[in-house]
Amino acid sequence: MSSLSMSTEVPVKKETKDHVNKSVVYDTKNLNLWYGDNHALKNINLPMHENEVTAIIGPSGCGKSTYIKTLNRMVELVQDVSISGEILYRDKNIFDKNYRVEELRTRVGMVFQKPNPFPKSIFDNIAYGPRIHGIKDKKILKEIVEKSLRGAAIWDEVKDRLQENAYGLSGGQQQRLCIARCLAIEPDVLLMDEPTSALDPKSTLKVEELIKELKENYSIIIVTHNMQQAARISDKTAFFLNGEVIEYDDTDIIFSTPSDKRTEDYITGRFG
Amino acid sequence: MKELALNSNEKTTQKQYMNLAKVNRRMTARLLINNVVKYLFFASTMFGLVILAFLMYQIFSDGLGWLSMDFLTNRLSTLPERAGIIGAITGTVWLMFIVGPVTMVLGIGTAIYLEEYAKKGKFHSFIQTNITNLAGVPSIVFGLLGLTIFVRMFGFGPSIIAGGLTMALLVLPIVVVASQEAIRAVPSYLREASYGMGATKWQTIKNIVLPASIAGILTGVILALSRAIGETAPLVAIGIPALIVPIPSSITDNFTVLPMQIYYWTIDSVLVDEYASMAAATIIVLLAVLFLMNSVAIIIRNKFQKRY
Ligand SMILES: Nc1ncnc2c1ncn2[C@@H]1O[C@H](COP(=O)(O)OP(=O)(O)OP(=O)(O)O)[C@@H](O)[C@H]1O
Ligand SMILES: [Mg+2]
Repeated sequence: MSSLSMSTEVPVKKETKDHVNKSVVYDTKNLNLWYGDNHALKNINLPMHENEVTAIIGPSGCGKSTYIKTLNRMVELVQDVSISGEILYRDKNIFDKNYRVEELRTRVGMVFQKPNPFPKSIFDNIAYGPRIHGIKDKKILKEIVEKSLRGAAIWDEVKDRLQENAYGLSGGQQQRLCIARCLAIEPDVLLMDEPTSALDPKSTLKVEELIKELKENYSIIIVTHNMQQAARISDKTAFFLNGEVIEYDDTDIIFSTPSDKRTEDYITGRFG
Repeated sequence: MKELALNSNEKTTQKQYMNLAKVNRRMTARLLINNVVKYLFFASTMFGLVILAFLMYQIFSDGLGWLSMDFLTNRLSTLPERAGIIGAITGTVWLMFIVGPVTMVLGIGTAIYLEEYAKKGKFHSFIQTNITNLAGVPSIVFGLLGLTIFVRMFGFGPSIIAGGLTMALLVLPIVVVASQEAIRAVPSYLREASYGMGATKWQTIKNIVLPASIAGILTGVILALSRAIGETAPLVAIGIPALIVPIPSSITDNFTVLPMQIYYWTIDSVLVDEYASMAAATIIVLLAVLFLMNSVAIIIRNKFQKRY
């Protein structure tokens, strides 16, 4: 479905890229979230733009994971969660009664902190998404698997062992496999929750390179504890503290001239 | 504070609580108790083993002589030299064919509902407690339930279907609890990965949860089956007749099973001496079947060992 629309969109995208105002993918409005009585997200307002990498930073427990899991409504798997406010994804409120959460998650891929491949072969891991969405043709599946693995820069490492169990891969390879698994359903947005925190520096660099490449075609929202990483790969940065967004701006500005004292304290390592 | 503690002068002036001389004086007694306790526990283990060995010896020395191809393939007869247990073997197999599928469907279904669908709350813990309690209900009570519902109300009589359904109810909690444990052991990050790609709950259960938990579930089913084929009380309650010569050929036929055969031959052994040996021979057959089933359960468990 996307290959067709992509080819027509490319020139348009190039044009908008040079403009300051790209189209908004996700727009969060007055979002509040409670785990039981714990007010974990407080009145969040954040617009996120197409073909940008948005980094979410902040000290442990400030609600970064909660927020990113709210964007694909994964947070609702937790018991006793209540939510108010709106999140508009492509102008539709994802909390609407008749909004289909499966549809949202098909458009919005998620990469988790810990690599979580299925205990299946590498091929079946990548083919999982397309299969559940009804693609059965072996030839098409093969093409998707190759394209996704190439997209996640892991094809050369695994092309000879597609039928082997994914658990035989190293942690860094597993994480790129998980990214490839997301790419296989051709999402619009990629959500990443500390995708490199379980990886060594070399694998981290590879994943970072990958993220920079992926941003050409996807909008990426990434949670990270690594300030350098945020500075290296993101276009916008949001600083969370105690469930609130303290500051949201271009990454350059956040890391050079933040307007809030608390942001400055955090990124210079004075707390958190 | 820290620096003070590191200071060695400070340390020597601190009050000492450990008196090495006293500690050493008590040491011998402590080591002695340590040894005594070890042998006590060993003795308790041996107690069970010795009794079991004695029992085995009795059964094998009594029954092995009676075991023959004829004994396995002959029909029941009042004449010891012509009697065989083919009827009871067939009945046991029939019973498994009812109990297996019924407990699998009901047990796995219940487990999936409780683990994946039901909201954890009062209702959930109410059902959970009841299932756990059900596992402790005496089997004769299930027999009476079967008598009331399947034999009388549904009019099945003391048939395979009535006995099978009664047994299925009896062992259902085993399958439910084992399946629940197996499903719970599937890490939530696998489910999240599946949901995260837009899979529905059922797709996630079918493609991720069940394949990862099937070994534990099957183990539970096999253990439940081996419990079912060893039970007697419920079948006595639903009124399985003492003497059935014809081999059952459909689920509405009357039937008997190995433990029932053992039971009747044992009580009749006061009349005919050989019946005791025939009961022992039947026990050997039943034990062999149970041993086989438990081995299969262990093999399955090892073969599908968790890969995550
Ligand atoms: N499943 C849950 N149930 C109840 N409370 C939760 C749950 N997950 C998170 N919380 C609470 O919500 C708050 C935000 O947690 P969250 O995991 O979003 O933090 P985080 O910013 O991702 O932290 P970290 O950097 O350590 O990953 C914390 O107070 C936490 O205790
Ligand atoms: Mg987190």
